[in-house]
Amino acid sequence: MSADQFLQYLVSGLTQGSIYALIGLGFTIIYAVTRIINFAQGEFVMIGGMLSFTLACSTGIPLVPALLLSVFIAAAVGAIMYLLAIRTARKASVISLIIITIGVAIFIRGIAAVLWGVDFVRPPYFTGDESISFLGAYIHPQALWIIGTTLVVTILLHLFLTRTMVGKALKACAINPRASGLVGINTRAMALIAFAIAAALGGIGGVVMAPLTLTSYNVGVMLGLKGFVAASIGGFKSPVAAVIGGIMLGIIESLAVGLDWGPFTSAYKDVIALVVLLLILLIRSGRLAAEEAG
Amino acid sequence: MLAMVKGKWVYLVIAALLAFLILIPFDWFLGHYTTIMIFIGISTMVTVGLCLLMGYTGQVSLGQAAFYGLGAYFSAVLSKTYSVNPWLAMLIAAIATGAFAYVIGYPILRLRGNYLAMATLGLGIIMWILFGQLSQFTGGPDGMAGIPYLSIGGFIFDTSFKRYFLVWFFCLAVLFISQNIVRSRSGRALRAIHGSEAAAESVGINVARFKVKIFVLSAVYASLAGSLLVHHLRFVSPQPFDFLASVKFVVMAVIGGLASIWGAIFGAGTTRILSDELLLGFGEWDVVVYGAILIIVMIFMPEGLFVKLKELIGRWRLRYAERGSET
Repeated sequence: MSADQFLQYLVSGLTQGSIYALIGLGFTIIYAVTRIINFAQGEFVMIGGMLSFTLACSTGIPLVPALLLSVFIAAAVGAIMYLLAIRTARKASVISLIIITIGVAIFIRGIAAVLWGVDFVRPPYFTGDESISFLGAYIHPQALWIIGTTLVVTILLHLFLTRTMVGKALKACAINPRASGLVGINTRAMALIAFAIAAALGGIGGVVMAPLTLTSYNVGVMLGLKGFVAASIGGFKSPVAAVIGGIMLGIIESLAVGLDWGPFTSAYKDVIALVVLLLILLIRSGRLAAEEAG
Repeated sequence: MLAMVKGKWVYLVIAALLAFLILIPFDWFLGHYTTIMIFIGISTMVTVGLCLLMGYTGQVSLGQAAFYGLGAYFSAVLSKTYSVNPWLAMLIAAIATGAFAYVIGYPILRLRGNYLAMATLGLGIIMWILFGQLSQFTGGPDGMAGIPYLSIGGFIFDTSFKRYFLVWFFCLAVLFISQNIVRSRSGRALRAIHGSEAAAESVGINVARFKVKIFVLSAVYASLAGSLLVHHLRFVSPQPFDFLASVKFVVMAVIGGLASIWGAIFGAGTTRILSDELLLGFGEWDVVVYGAILIIVMIFMPEGLFVKLKELIGRWRLRYAERGSET
């Protein structure tokens, strides 16, 4: 593999990885605040992408408001999910919560299939289709949007969590929900906010990703799994670690396919991500088990 | 009181149900439903394994379709491509799938809760991708046709009527074996593990070994079900073993009650009839309904729809019996 090719794969890995990072951030925030792994996290990406297609292509709303509206609706779906499905099952066991969030995931996915059909769609590019040459590699402008958006969103989220009152309350809930309740933080409201933020992050991912990678009703499961990989590389602890985890996964995937050794064609890209997932889980299983118990 | 009331009824009910089950495939009775009943029997076998794993042992699996698919593909490839006797192929499939579950069981079952769920989900999708990609063996995404029928001596299971009895023979055998396990010392050990792994360990139960045993058993059930499926359809493709299939088995287990062996038939039956009869013409609406079922049942009756119904009937009967004894 030449240096140019290497750089090319690095760029596409970085692009894909940014999406995984956004999804991983969502997992991390919900887990930190509520100790729930949201198996429907990938569906918000799908909602964002599909909505941006519908709003931008068939309603005549200009692109920017259409994108913002898509993200907003995704966030609203996240909030509704919390209110209807999670909050009503407050005392549920871990198994029950897993099944409930899986239920939400396939419910959303089914509705999407009914509403939009099963075909892949492509929303319009934000700024054209002319690839930019950079040190011998080509970067699609949409890829720059993806990477840039992830960067900006991560910084904003970091500022939100460290500089604002609500953000600090969220962090307090993550550290100790009972103690936060005692000092007057409304932990239920915080959980609601966490779900809305996570869904918005997914929606943003979907909106920026869809023009480049296309989207359909069933992209949620695989993206959710990869976002989970990103978050588990980061140990579900720190948002920054989740972002780094996501980008690492994207690059590993891209290079593994790009190296083109043995039987590994692009069809095995997803297998690579899943093997990474299994390896991480198994390597950390001791610590994860202790966390889950404690 | 409840036991006394139960004693009188239970044999009658079982005899009636068995007679009903035997009569279903006859044309003058419910012959129209023979095929769907075959699918219900096959799904029940997978669901029972999942119930043992999730309801009794407290371990989540979102990748049960992987074992179902392994059984199916082993049977299909061995009996068609390599002309192995279908029964032998079925046995090899069950052993190989069990061995696979054993090997991955030890590391994977060290995980708990959410992590175990994700790991099994990932495993299920890996297997599904492999079924589609290893096309030199499996026929790829288009699948593979012309798989032979099962036969005993000169008796070939070449009609749905005959296969109905074959499938339900296996299904009932699996149910009885599972019931015995649940009521045995091992069953109590499993429930102890569900309650608290640390406590179970402290009273001398080898938790890791029990968990792996049940995992392997559930994989073998699924493998047998997969073998029966391909010898029924004479065709195999990756589609029945995707992510949604694994979720469907969870739906079946949840409707029947996670900790209810016989509920598995009810769960598999409801789900199959829902998707193959009632919602057949409604496209993806069946998925929406599954999602709603999972959410609603887990929020309002986490012990399962079937168990809840049984409880209600039991309470009603008790009241009825009390009124009878007063007069």
